[in-house]
Amino acid sequence: MALQDTIQVVEPAEEPKVATDNYEVVHEKSKLFYPEYERKSDLKHQTHYCPGCGHGVVHKLIAEALEDLGVQDETILVSPVGCSVFAYYYFDVGNVQVAHGRAPAAATGLKRACPDKIVIAYQGDGDLAAIGTAEIVHAANRGEKITVFFVNNAIYGMTGGQMAPTTLVGQRSTTSPWGRRPVNEGFPLHVCELLSSLEAPVYIERVALSDNKNIMKARRAVRKALELQKNGAGFTFVEILSPCPTIWGKDPVEARKWVGEKMIPNFPLNVYRDRKVEIPNNNAPPHKTVEEIVSGERKAAAEGMVPGRQHHFREMGIKIAGFGGQGVLLLGQLLAEMGMREGLEVSWLPSYGPEMRSGSAHCHVCLSKERIGSPLLSRPDVLIAMNEISLRKFAAQVAPGGTILYGRERLPEDVQIEHAQVICIPASEIADKLGSAKVANVVMMGALLEETECLSSATAMKVLEAKVKNPALLELDRKALDAGRVYIDHTVAVGAVTQADGFAQ
Amino acid sequence: MSSPSKAEAARGNVTVNVEECKGCGLCVESCPPKCLELAPELSAYGVHPARYIGHDCTGCGICFYCCPEPGAITVYRRLAPYKPVAPREIPGEQHAATL
Repeated sequence: MALQDTIQVVEPAEEPKVATDNYEVVHEKSKLFYPEYERKSDLKHQTHYCPGCGHGVVHKLIAEALEDLGVQDETILVSPVGCSVFAYYYFDVGNVQVAHGRAPAAATGLKRACPDKIVIAYQGDGDLAAIGTAEIVHAANRGEKITVFFVNNAIYGMTGGQMAPTTLVGQRSTTSPWGRRPVNEGFPLHVCELLSSLEAPVYIERVALSDNKNIMKARRAVRKALELQKNGAGFTFVEILSPCPTIWGKDPVEARKWVGEKMIPNFPLNVYRDRKVEIPNNNAPPHKTVEEIVSGERKAAAEGMVPGRQHHFREMGIKIAGFGGQGVLLLGQLLAEMGMREGLEVSWLPSYGPEMRSGSAHCHVCLSKERIGSPLLSRPDVLIAMNEISLRKFAAQVAPGGTILYGRERLPEDVQIEHAQVICIPASEIADKLGSAKVANVVMMGALLEETECLSSATAMKVLEAKVKNPALLELDRKALDAGRVYIDHTVAVGAVTQADGFAQ
Repeated sequence: MSSPSKAEAARGNVTVNVEECKGCGLCVESCPPKCLELAPELSAYGVHPARYIGHDCTGCGICFYCCPEPGAITVYRRLAPYKPVAPREIPGEQHAATL
């Protein structure tokens, strides 16, 4: 049966290279390989693999399948880290080489960006089954329509023979010199079995390069996986048990036999999955293009914009700091949203500890007429410090001539700030009188808008209306915003020049 | 060495690129009719490259798939229909050649 598969009659029309007058070529170096490999300066015609290495065989099987499918120019091969890291020197297809174990993640991105391309992740066992376990499991679980070739030689080859997750029980390696002991190093990882417990994969098979028959089976598996991908079937995975004569310390023929005698009993050859998988798409999210989303934002911005509004700054950096739970990050988001609605470039960069409540939090908001270089502000123009800790921590960062809005009635006695203007607003007390100390952040926003005139309070109300659905809370926010502005107008002697509406234009 | 008539009668032919062969011997081990061998002399790379003994190749291609080097082995098969130069020696050869 295996023999029949190998018999390929090449049509005479293809002008075969003739060895003698009566012979035609039936098997030769695939066109998918570069005529010369650029990696080496002198040995441009040889691969870098050791004599008898399984990688070369797998390379040939993949190359043949791709050539026969006619997809050479449609293929993107993701090379891993390991001995096969240089696959891109051999395959004349689109090539990407990625970080250790991350081939399925990179392949996911490639396939999603180019759904009509054939995307192949080629990985070894250290790469796929050790450092890349998360990537392969999740790519398979998502049913990414990629093909993964997993070359398993039960050892780390490139780095000199350390124990891999697939190393057999009792197998010696430099890091298991007395043989792998399950009590200390666990049992070998069976990736095909692991992945076949998932719903999404359509094809999972384990093959081996142990003898002629199994090599021909491997050839069929490789071809089938690529055909399935070409037909858009889904996640396809072929594990190939492969010899590593150098690290195993065997000659190539012995190593090949060892695959059959030792590896196959531990890693049974089987088709673990071969079925059509329909992944339900009933909860498809609204598929909007970036342009649609941006134009929607622009529309909202146009609605929210105060006609003829001019911003007096080119770029303004606002740092907001306080306890977690004081609405520090939310205040930043509101300001960023307002900036967007007024047609500015904005950024919002949060920074907070793991504690959601009573830990300290701060965020950076950048409002700019031009594109923003960095969302991180080293010299903010304005600091909103909701508590004393934040004031002490960040006051020195404020740009000379900047403004500090401090959320308490007066500065601590030992704090002297001369390089910036300090305005104290008892925001929590004001908010508490209004009905909830939670709106202290909105009081501070009112004060900020009134003091710096950076954005319009009309925009602030538009944004609050969009964000706050509860009418009672919205009313409270409106009062808080006004209270902050009024406090600046009437209580603070320095600062804004107001118009009749209380908003300095 | 083989007789010319025997070589002519072979269904297949195989060549080994000495520049690519690393002498691993997998093709020798794999060849079903055992028509490959490792040369006694060393190549420029210090290995005993594989070579065709000159007869019995069926052109099955097993050696090609077992060889790890992309282009070390090239397998040929006799063109069909085969037009013998000499009178036929082996009965049924015509049928085999058109496989």
